Amino acid sequence: MSDTTEISEERASHEPGHRRPRFGLSGGDGTVTTGRLVIRITVLGVAAALALWAAFPLVDQGNWIGLGILVAVTALLFYIYLSPRAIPAKYLIPGTLFLIAFQVVPVIYTVTTAFTNFGDGHRGTKQEAITAIQDASVRQVPGSTVYVLSIATTGDPASGDLVFLLTDPGTDAFFAGTAGGLRELPAGAVQADPAGKIQQAQGYTILTIGQAAARSPEIAAFKVPTQAGALYSQGLSRAFEGAPQQTYEAGCDCIRDAVSGRTWTADESDGSFVDQQGQRLAQGWKVNVGLRNFTDVVTDQEIRSSFLKMLLWNFVFAGGTVLITFALGLVVAITLNRPGMRGQRVYRSLIILPYAMPAVVMLLVWRDMFNTEFGLINRMTGLEVNWFGTPPTAQIAVLLVQLWLGYNYMFLVCTGALQSIPADLTEAASIDGARPLYAFRTVTFPLLLIALAPLLISSFAFNFNNFAGIYLVSGGGPFPPDNPNAGATDILITYTYRLAFGGAGAQYGFAAAVSVFIFVIVATVSIIGFRRTRSLEEIN
Amino acid sequence: MTATNEVVRLGSAKGGWFRQFGWRHLVGLLALAFSLFPILFVISASLNPLGTLSSSTLIPPDTGLENFTKLFGTTSFSRWFLNTLLIGVLSAVLSMFISAAAAFAFSRHRFKGRRIGLVSLLLVQMFPQFLAIVALYLIFAEITDLYPAIGLNTAWGLILLYLGGALGVNTWLMKGFFDTIPKDLDESAKVDGATHSQIFFGIILPLVVPILAVTGLLGFINTVNEFLIASVFLTDDSSKTAAVGLYGLISGERNANFGVFSAGAVILAIPTVVLFQFLQRYIVGGLTSGAVKG
Repeated sequence: MSDTTEISEERASHEPGHRRPRFGLSGGDGTVTTGRLVIRITVLGVAAALALWAAFPLVDQGNWIGLGILVAVTALLFYIYLSPRAIPAKYLIPGTLFLIAFQVVPVIYTVTTAFTNFGDGHRGTKQEAITAIQDASVRQVPGSTVYVLSIATTGDPASGDLVFLLTDPGTDAFFAGTAGGLRELPAGAVQADPAGKIQQAQGYTILTIGQAAARSPEIAAFKVPTQAGALYSQGLSRAFEGAPQQTYEAGCDCIRDAVSGRTWTADESDGSFVDQQGQRLAQGWKVNVGLRNFTDVVTDQEIRSSFLKMLLWNFVFAGGTVLITFALGLVVAITLNRPGMRGQRVYRSLIILPYAMPAVVMLLVWRDMFNTEFGLINRMTGLEVNWFGTPPTAQIAVLLVQLWLGYNYMFLVCTGALQSIPADLTEAASIDGARPLYAFRTVTFPLLLIALAPLLISSFAFNFNNFAGIYLVSGGGPFPPDNPNAGATDILITYTYRLAFGGAGAQYGFAAAVSVFIFVIVATVSIIGFRRTRSLEEIN
Repeated sequence: MTATNEVVRLGSAKGGWFRQFGWRHLVGLLALAFSLFPILFVISASLNPLGTLSSSTLIPPDTGLENFTKLFGTTSFSRWFLNTLLIGVLSAVLSMFISAAAAFAFSRHRFKGRRIGLVSLLLVQMFPQFLAIVALYLIFAEITDLYPAIGLNTAWGLILLYLGGALGVNTWLMKGFFDTIPKDLDESAKVDGATHSQIFFGIILPLVVPILAVTGLLGFINTVNEFLIASVFLTDDSSKTAAVGLYGLISGERNANFGVFSAGAVILAIPTVVLFQFLQRYIVGGLTSGAVKG
């Protein structure tokens, strides 16, 4: 590195007119000052250190694809910042990397998830599902021994491989059970208490109760394979020989219950085991379901009616919010925008105060002001309206909250736009004898709309997905008694959230499909809107 | 008849004070009342020593700081508040920087894929990050396994995530502003031997301070207000942001905790309101050129 510096400095001092771009830590033109060199080395050094830090866990887990991506990205970064060419790339790459990692990849992931049945009960592979079903159906083998158990390890008590030290209470024989199988221990190598519980064993460390309790999930999942099935722990001091009651049979591709004789056949298109009556086992696996998540919205009677209602309300909510905030903002802006009026600045800076308040907490404050028993609104007006109890009042309430949150922003931009409209235009209209209202309708308003159309479109797009505005105020409710998933003020994004993270079990696949719907709707509205305002054509 | 009416409307002395200005003040005062009463309500609720929703009025019957002492004494609010400031400031500053860099490239350089890059940014912007919340959660569950330091329940994970949305939101706005700065400036600097980084840091950035202030402030306010992703990502009490933590305070005990909640709301509002007053001059200009607050 120091070589490069010397050469470039030498070259720079000798023939400044003949700089040739070169690859390396020196500048693109071959010159460099010490300070900038230090900055460059530091930045690239930090990048290399971060890459190294990120590499270790990947190597640990044998995640070679991840490691490959990491190496490629690091190499690309070094190339871009050491190369004298690709100047725009130097400025674009940081943002682009973040954009790809945390926006583009999640979007692609969302779209691919939308074509699967991913969710609770359909998370892993078919093999994982079979293992889970068999493990869940383990029963004690009839007539088998219940052993006295001590939990031990051959390594560190907190992380070493588990060993079950077992005593057969009938024969007083001692065994060591590992994941590999069962092995008898010579009686001389073991000390047991009168109950038969092993207290010490050569070559093993017995876990104390505290140490064992800390590893209890691991212990519960541990099993020692035997001929009839496997040994499972029951609590921390007993072990029994158990075998799954429901087993998978490759011949019929089904799960058979050994006791009842019922069978559940694998349905590959649905990712679950189904019996003759059409009943599914709760545990299934993740499969590609094609367009089913999308067609369900149209064909499934129950989903369709609630989805259409939500979609309609979503449009009313977003459009209505834009309309009322714009209308009130405009009226106030026109009223206060009068030359010679006193106190305009005071009005302005106080009216927009809600805009600076953190919206999330103010939404919650509004929710509580609408509270039926304790809320300020009912107490001040003397009403006893259960605001979030009926659909129309809940809808009015959320719109009113949006009006409060949004009109000051519209007031601000309308004032700005009004002041940018040349005064001659309106004066000319009034000299021509136009009444003020007529002049406003034909001259001022169209000019305002042209100036503000892009903002109105963005505002619509934002409110279409105004999650907090609904979720924090009404929670999507009130819910019809027959459908706890889709409430009267639910918009699509709150519905998606409930599908994925609500209490009723995650339906990631369907939730992702609804996200794709939202995207298509917002993109269509925005593209049509921007086309009409021609902002797309201004790229130069 | 109409002629005399016109003269009056144009603003002669005949109209009388009320017809000219009075009604405007009336509308202004109504608008003020509408804007301010919820804010007044939170402030008085935070000062109301009884601290319940049912006893809160616009003018508190009695005032005291009990709610504030309770807020800091019994909840992790100070932690939540620091988390919010950390996440808000870092993600605002960093995203301001990376989108300014990208806007510089788009505004000052001509390169292959520039048009496609700009159009795809516009498209990406239409797919807000939180729509992919399911995928983001699953991705970060994976990241938590590999790197717990930047996974779920950490401020860093959330900051990285917010940076992913930076380009889509701000680049267009900034590029528009960069375009208004005459190119002669950087061209003459180039002739004098300035490198591209000297032009960016030494000439362009100082000239775009207003737009940086706007995007930075809006970025900060948006992060303070971000609820959807934060509520999914931050579930440990010590890692929560103020918004998520305050929500938790009144999601269960709605009536009794209202005073403490209001105290938290008032404190949380201080940084944004102060910043807003401070930068108001810039913001009004920035808003009319297309910034949208979330």
